[in-house]
Amino acid sequence: MINDRIRNLRRQSVEAQASLSPERALLITALLQSGRLEGEAVPIQRARIFRHILENKHIAIHPGELIVGERGPAPKATPTYPEICLHSLDDLALLNDRPKVPYTSDGDMRRAYEENIIPFWQDRTLRDRMFAQLPERWKKAYRAGVFTEFQEQRSPGHTVLGDKIYRKGFLDLKQEIAEAQAALDFYNDPHALDKREQLQAMDMAAEALIAFARRHARELTRLAAEAADPERAEELRAMAAICRKVPAHKPDTFWEALQYYWFVHVGVITELNPWDAFNPGRLDQHLYPFFRREIDRGTLTEARARELLQAFWIKFNNHPAPPKVGVTARESNTYVDFALINTGGLTPDGADAVNDLSYLILDVVEEMRLLQPSAMVQISKKNPDRFLKRALRIVKTGFGQPSIFNTDAIVQELVRQGKSLADARCGGASGCVESGAFGRECYILTGYFNLPKILELALNDGVDPLSGDRIGPSTGTAGDFTCFEDLFAAFERQLAYFVDIKIMGNNIIERLNAKYMPVPFLSLLIDDCIANGRDYNAGGARYNTSYIQGVGLGTLTDSLSSLKYNVFDRRLLSMPEMGGLLAGNFKDGEALRRRIANETPRYGNDDDAADDLMRAVFEAYYRAVDGRPNTKGGVYRINLLPTTVHVYFGSKLGATPDGRKAGSPLSEGISPVQGADRRGPTAVLKSAGKVDHLRTGGTLLNQKFLPHILADDTGIDRLAQLVRTYFRMDGHHIQFNVVDAETLRKAQQAPDAYRDLIVRVAGYSDYFVDLTPELQEEIIQRTGHDAS
Amino acid sequence: MVFHCLNIDPNHRPELPLPAEGGLQHMTQGTIFDIKKFAIHDGPGIRTTVFLKGCPLDCWWCHNPEGRHPEPESMATGSNRDTPGDAVPVGTRMSGDAVMAEIEKDRLFYDESGGGVTFSGGEPLAQPDFLATLLNGCREQGIHTALDTTGYATSEIVARIAPLVDLFLYDLKLMDDRRHQTYTGVSNAGILANLRHLVKTGRKVVIRFPLIPQINDTSENLAQMGAFLTDLGLQRIDLLPFHGIHRQKYHRLGQPDRLGNLEPPGDAAIARVKADFENGGFTVQVGG
Repeated sequence: MINDRIRNLRRQSVEAQASLSPERALLITALLQSGRLEGEAVPIQRARIFRHILENKHIAIHPGELIVGERGPAPKATPTYPEICLHSLDDLALLNDRPKVPYTSDGDMRRAYEENIIPFWQDRTLRDRMFAQLPERWKKAYRAGVFTEFQEQRSPGHTVLGDKIYRKGFLDLKQEIAEAQAALDFYNDPHALDKREQLQAMDMAAEALIAFARRHARELTRLAAEAADPERAEELRAMAAICRKVPAHKPDTFWEALQYYWFVHVGVITELNPWDAFNPGRLDQHLYPFFRREIDRGTLTEARARELLQAFWIKFNNHPAPPKVGVTARESNTYVDFALINTGGLTPDGADAVNDLSYLILDVVEEMRLLQPSAMVQISKKNPDRFLKRALRIVKTGFGQPSIFNTDAIVQELVRQGKSLADARCGGASGCVESGAFGRECYILTGYFNLPKILELALNDGVDPLSGDRIGPSTGTAGDFTCFEDLFAAFERQLAYFVDIKIMGNNIIERLNAKYMPVPFLSLLIDDCIANGRDYNAGGARYNTSYIQGVGLGTLTDSLSSLKYNVFDRRLLSMPEMGGLLAGNFKDGEALRRRIANETPRYGNDDDAADDLMRAVFEAYYRAVDGRPNTKGGVYRINLLPTTVHVYFGSKLGATPDGRKAGSPLSEGISPVQGADRRGPTAVLKSAGKVDHLRTGGTLLNQKFLPHILADDTGIDRLAQLVRTYFRMDGHHIQFNVVDAETLRKAQQAPDAYRDLIVRVAGYSDYFVDLTPELQEEIIQRTGHDAS
Repeated sequence: MVFHCLNIDPNHRPELPLPAEGGLQHMTQGTIFDIKKFAIHDGPGIRTTVFLKGCPLDCWWCHNPEGRHPEPESMATGSNRDTPGDAVPVGTRMSGDAVMAEIEKDRLFYDESGGGVTFSGGEPLAQPDFLATLLNGCREQGIHTALDTTGYATSEIVARIAPLVDLFLYDLKLMDDRRHQTYTGVSNAGILANLRHLVKTGRKVVIRFPLIPQINDTSENLAQMGAFLTDLGLQRIDLLPFHGIHRQKYHRLGQPDRLGNLEPPGDAAIARVKADFENGGFTVQVGG
C-alpha cells in the first residue's frame, strides 16, 4: 500500500543520481580560514564546526515530504569530509567516471576543490597524519593486501542509538551535561579540565541541532504560507510545530519520534562520515509505545503510521555512503551505508519483543523495496514462527532483505564480552552482522584481515610472491615442511606477526581520532559519554570494543585440508611440487588442480575432516586477537564478515592449495568456497554451526536458494525450520538470495532491463548491475540450493 | 540440482566397508544409490531420503532408472553412453552403521521440523534385512521413518517390516491388472493385498499416484482407484505428475526410454485429475 505522495518521493529518491556537493567542505574550510577557531581546544573546534555547518547549510524540504532533513542540498547530494580524507581532482574524476557506484561532480564541485579545498587541506587531513605515523611494515602489509584499514577515509562510528531520545529531549541532555560539569572535581581529577572542554563541546553540539531543527520550522512555516493546497499548508504547519518541539523536547507522538530520530541521524552523518552512518536500531521497540498509545487514543491510524514509516525509509535512501576510493572502495564498494533496522528479538527483561509494529515495519520493507535502510529480523527462540515466516515471505521476493539474526546467540556473545544481560538484550546487530549493545557501545571495525594470505606467506618464508617483497618473518618455504603440524605452526607465527602489526597501527589511528577528531555530537547520544565527560572516540562509551574481521575462512580451511590430505596423508604430491603448482598458477597442472579441488575434503559438507581444520583456524585467529587491549579501555574481538573485500583480497592472492586460481575471489563470511558445498543446505549449516559463534561478535552466512523451493507454504515452513535449526546450533546470522543463475546471467547481458534487481551481497543488499563483474560472477557461483 | 552423497557425485570418496562381523555381515550391508539431504517432498518435515538399489518392477515411467538394477553399475557422465566422458559408478555397498551415521548427521533438522528419514528406491522392500536393520536403527535413535514403496513384496516381508515403519508412502499406479503387468512388468494383486493388510492393521498410509498421461489418467482407472481407496477408508492422495527430467538418465545408463515422446501433463490435466479425486472425497496434494 503506497499512496501517490510516497510513490513520488520514492521515485525521486530512486532516480536521483548520487553526486558530490561542495557545501560542507566549503563551509568548514571558510570557517577554518577565518582564523576564528584558533586557540580553541579541539573538542570546541569540532563543536563549532558542527554548529557552523548546521547554521549555514541549505535547508532542503521536498514537495510532499513528511519527515524533513537532508545532509546535502538535494537527495543523494553527498558532502565530503576533507578533514578526514581529501579527494584529489583525479579522485573526483574517477568517482565521476567509474562505471560502478559513481558520484558525479559538477563544475562548482571541481572548482571548489581546485581553488579552495585542495589548497587548504593538502597534507592537513587526518589521513595524512595517519600515514605519516604508520610504520613501513604496516604499509607493506597494507599494500600487499594482508589487511585493510577502515578508518583511512572514514571516521570510527559503528554504533547504534538506544532508546535515549525517546525518553529525553536535548534540553534534558543539556541538563545532564550541566550536572556532569557541576560534579567535576578540579582538585582530585587530573582530567577535569579535559572533561570540562569535552562537556562544553557536547553542550554546543546539542544546542546546534536544536537550532538546526528550528531553521526547518521557520522554512516549513514559510512554505505553509505559500502553499496553494490548504491541506498541505496544514500539514506543513504541523511539521513546523514538530520541528520546534524536537529534538529540544522528548517526543510524544509517533511522528515526532520519527522526526526526532531523523534530525539526530543527519547530525551524526554531518558531524563526520562515520562507518555505518547511524542507525535507530530496535525501531519497533522504540516506536511501539508511541504507536500503541496513539492508535488506542485514535490520534493515529495504521495507514498513517505506515505512510510515516515509508517517508522515513525514503530519507535513508536519499543518503548514500560518503564517496570511497582506493582500497576502501574495493573493500566496501556500494552506496549502501549500512543502517540496519532491527525488528523482533527480546525485551530488556527477556520476553518476546515482537509486536504489531514489527509486522508493520516488515510490510514497509516489502513495499518500499529500497536499497536503504537495510532491514533485519532478530529471531529468538521466544519469537513466534509467524514472525520468522513473515520475514521469509519477503526474502522469497528475492531482494535479500531482511537478513535473519539469532537473538539468543547475540545476547550470549555480548554477555560473554562483559555486557550486562539487560544491555545485551537491548542490543542487536548493525552494519552487516556486528553484535552491539545499542546506545552504550562503541564497537569499531578496524579492518579486514586476509586469512588465506597468511597461509601464502607461511608457504613462502614471509615473502609476498606477488611483489617479491619480504613482509613477514622467515618461517620456511613450502618445501621445508615435512609434516602438517610444522606448516600450521608457521601459519600461526605469520598470523601473530601480522595481527601485532594491525593492532599497533590501530593504536596509532585510535589515538589520532581521540586527539584530533573528537565527535561531541555523537558523544551526546551514546551512554556514558556525558557521565564520563569523555568523547566517544576516546573511550567515553560504556563498552569499547575493537574488531578485526577475518575473511576467507572457507578458502583457508580448504587450502589447509588440501595440504593435509593431498600432501601429507595420501601423498598425491610433495610439498615442493605443491609449491611449484601454486607459483605457476597450476599452469600445466590443470588435471591435478581439478583432482585436488574435487577430492579434497572441503568445508561446507558436514565433513569433520575439513571442519576440524576450520575449527583449528578459528582457534588460531581467536587466540591471536581476542582479549587484547585497545586504546579505549576495551578489548579486541573477532568477527567473520567480508562486505566486498573477498574480491579485493582474492585479487591480492596467488593460487591457493584448494585449487583456487590466482586472483579469484575468496570465500565470503563463513560461507563455504563458492561451489565447494555439494551436500545441500543442511550440510552447510552443520559445517557453519561448528564455528563457535558465541566467541565472536558476528559471523555472516550466505545461502542461495532457487525461487521454486519457496513457491509454496511448505517451502517457507521448511526454510523457517532450517533457520531455527541453525540457530539451535548458535548460528549468528543467515541471509538468503532467492534468485536463479539464469536471471543473473540475463541481468549481466542486459543491465538496463534489470536496473531494479536487488541481490544479497554480504551483510547488505545491492543493485546487481552496480556490482563489479568479479562480484557478479562470484554471486552466480555461490551454490544455489534446491530440494529433493 | 540435487545433493548426492553417494556415487553419482564424481568427487565422492568411497565409503570404506566396515570390517566383517562374523556371519552377520551380510545382514548389515546393503546397496544404496543415493542419500539426499534436505528432502522436503518425501514425507513430513525436513528429511533425508535413502535410496536402496534394486527394484522388481519395470515401470515405463520410472524416474530413478539407476535404482532398478540390484547391483552397483556405471552411468555415463555425458549425455549418453556414446559421448565421451567418464563413467561414474552408481550404487555402493554400505554397512548399516555407515548409513545410520549419515542419517544421524541431520537429526537436529528432523527434531526441529518433525522430519526424519524416508527409505526409497528402487524398492526398499527388495532388501528386507538391510531395511529392517536401518528401520531398527532409526527406532533406537527416535528418528521418524517413512517408506516410499511400490508395495511389491511378499506378505511375510510386509508383515515383518510394517511395525518398524511410521509412515507408508504407497504407490498406486493402475487398477487393471493386465495393464499393470504391461506397464510395470508385475501383477498388482499382491500390491493391493499388501495395502489392504497395512490399512487393516492400522498402519499410517499416504497414497502416491504417479500421474502418467494416457496410461493411468483414464476416468476408468481413476474411478476404480477411488472406489478401492474409499473401501479401505483412505482419504489422502498425493499426485505426482510425470515429468521428463529423468530422461537423460536412460540414455546415460543405456536403457530404453519407452515413453520417449510423452509430454508431461499440463496444469489443466493435473487439475482435472485432482478435481476428479476431490469429488470422490479425497484430500489431494500435488507433489509429495
